[in-house]
Amino acid sequence: MANPQTSEPAIKAPTPPQAWPDEVYRVLKDVGVRQVGIVPDAGHSRLIRAFEADTEARVVTLTTEEEGIALLAGAWLGGERGVMLLQSSGVGNCINMLSLPATCRMPLLLLVTMRGEWGEFNPWQIPMGQGTKGALEAMGVIVTRADEPHLVASAVSGAAHLAFNTWRPAAVLIGQRVLGAKNFKELARK
Amino acid sequence: MNAPNALLHRREVVEELLRDRGDLLVIAGLGAPNWDISAAGDNPNNFPLWGAMGAASMMGLGLALAQPKRKVLVITGDGEMLMSIGALATIAVQKPANLTIAVLDNERFGETGMQMTHTAAGVDLAGMAAAAGFPTSRTVRTMQEVSELREQIHHASGPLFARIRIDPEALYFVLPPADGGILTTRFRQALLGDTSLYN
Repeated sequence: MANPQTSEPAIKAPTPPQAWPDEVYRVLKDVGVRQVGIVPDAGHSRLIRAFEADTEARVVTLTTEEEGIALLAGAWLGGERGVMLLQSSGVGNCINMLSLPATCRMPLLLLVTMRGEWGEFNPWQIPMGQGTKGALEAMGVIVTRADEPHLVASAVSGAAHLAFNTWRPAAVLIGQRVLGAKNFKELARK
Repeated sequence: MNAPNALLHRREVVEELLRDRGDLLVIAGLGAPNWDISAAGDNPNNFPLWGAMGAASMMGLGLALAQPKRKVLVITGDGEMLMSIGALATIAVQKPANLTIAVLDNERFGETGMQMTHTAAGVDLAGMAAAAGFPTSRTVRTMQEVSELREQIHHASGPLFARIRIDPEALYFVLPPADGGILTTRFRQALLGDTSLYN
């Protein structure tokens, strides 16, 4: 019987995912990101730690993701670039607030870690995970995906340059295949 | 002269808050607060929202963090503040010293038929801001207190929260530019200079 404290996820990501958050951090620093809005996700934890250790950046923990859309709009008015790190479920919380960057021709950069797709265990994650891309595109956000760890940084770089050079909202969906899937049964007491 | 217990008039309140405003940066929530700041004089340092209900206070935070040497005033309504009530916690945790949130509380959803909001039932926005951790949070009921708040906006260390109890009067609209691109561009050009026009 598996020890619930030490079980590995039943379905691992194909390559160790340690490197991509560090590459993404460098990309975001290079484009001048100063404000980082977060509703945490395990898949973003390494990138969040990097920004928390960065005295040039301000990490703003949010109570809901729509706050982050408004935060980054205010930052842009004040001349600062930002990013929001969120999970796919949080995209649904943002929908009407996305009228702000769409109407105001503001850049917006969202890094979305996906749930409710490859290897998902929790059925409650499926509706929003499957609806994430459609919801973003319906609100005018330009969406790209990265499904392999070595492709994440280049996807973020492309989205960041698109957002900050053309003043439009852009999102990168980081696939669950990159992150590895949880299996709650292995974490539950047997 | 108001009777002692008379409710404040929103246009007088906003005109006083924005008197001799200097380089104050102002964000207004959608609806009447937008028309109120525009009635006091359209200004490129104004960002009047026409939609995105719930955005005002968090836009104020992002702006205040980006411009720590400038004072930022958010003027919004009780309905808009209630929609983004969690933002009070987010802002209190960030402690922006240059940010004031002023809520014009008429206890109504004014744009949609004057339906009651939760503040009409006693929900205390100033108490919620204080409980979230705003070091200064007050209810304003007189023009004298409005003038004191104006002084605090310019000189006190924030974040400040003020709930200003106002009359639920329906007034004529005073409309600023509606296009978000124009509002954004003129705000950034005034604040950041002509370089902000170049991608």
